[in-house]
Amino acid sequence: MPLEWLNALIGGALIGLAASLMLYWNGRVAGVSGIVNGLMNPPNEQNFWRWFFLGGMLLGGLILKLLKPEVFSSELPTPLWTVILAGLLVGFGTVMGGGCTSGHGVCGISRMSLRSIVATIIFIAFGVLSVALAKTLGVMG
Amino acid sequence: MKTSCAAFGVGLLFALGLGVSGMTQVQKVVGFLDIFGHWQPALIFVMGGAIVVHFIAYRLIMKQKAPLFDSRWHLPTHKDISPSLIGGSLLFGIGWGLGGFCPGPAVVSLASFQSRPWIFVVSMLAGMLLFRAASSFRRST
Repeated sequence: MPLEWLNALIGGALIGLAASLMLYWNGRVAGVSGIVNGLMNPPNEQNFWRWFFLGGMLLGGLILKLLKPEVFSSELPTPLWTVILAGLLVGFGTVMGGGCTSGHGVCGISRMSLRSIVATIIFIAFGVLSVALAKTLGVMG
Repeated sequence: MKTSCAAFGVGLLFALGLGVSGMTQVQKVVGFLDIFGHWQPALIFVMGGAIVVHFIAYRLIMKQKAPLFDSRWHLPTHKDISPSLIGGSLLFGIGWGLGGFCPGPAVVSLASFQSRPWIFVVSMLAGMLLFRAASSFRRST
């Protein structure tokens, strides 16, 4: 098994463990788009935990930057406007569809939620189409 | 306070998992979605590893009456395959393929202090607000 696959499996297991602890401790789905979207509601005692979740993610990012900086070394040869368009689509789409790769793809599928299974098939399929189209149009080099 | 500390720990572990797994590397994500080109299947193991762990843990955890730090579960209850589930996932997929970022890895990558993750996350927040504006406009007409 290539090292890349092993890392993917170990990283995936850590993500699954994090999602499980979120459920065991707080009874919640560890869905990043939902948690981030909730940060834009007026802060109150009920949603403090969202800021702490964000803080944990950023500290995790800093630890990675120190110990494993190569995980941030990857960049796409795409023009900058595509990053803005991609961000807008991801923000709009994840709130409209009620979840992203973590909420639907990991937590929802593990709960055998039909909604999440449908959502995951759709976003992977359109992700594939999007890459194919971007390459055909020459946006991705 | 306990829920906030728990959420911090989950966010930290989640971020480390994303970094180790390869999900913060946009070229790998695009390579995973590029099944008509030079397909890199490694990231299938991220979702696989996460789902195996969470699938089992979910069933064990839900035998409890309530989560450890809360009085009740906060799990999604929708069951319908709605147009917004489909449309939202479709838009998310297109953005995911175009930028190589889904919400979790994008937030973790803020810690790299590179410009693209920041531009992506700001655009993503704008997209989320745009959805709120669009849905309140639809409700009022």
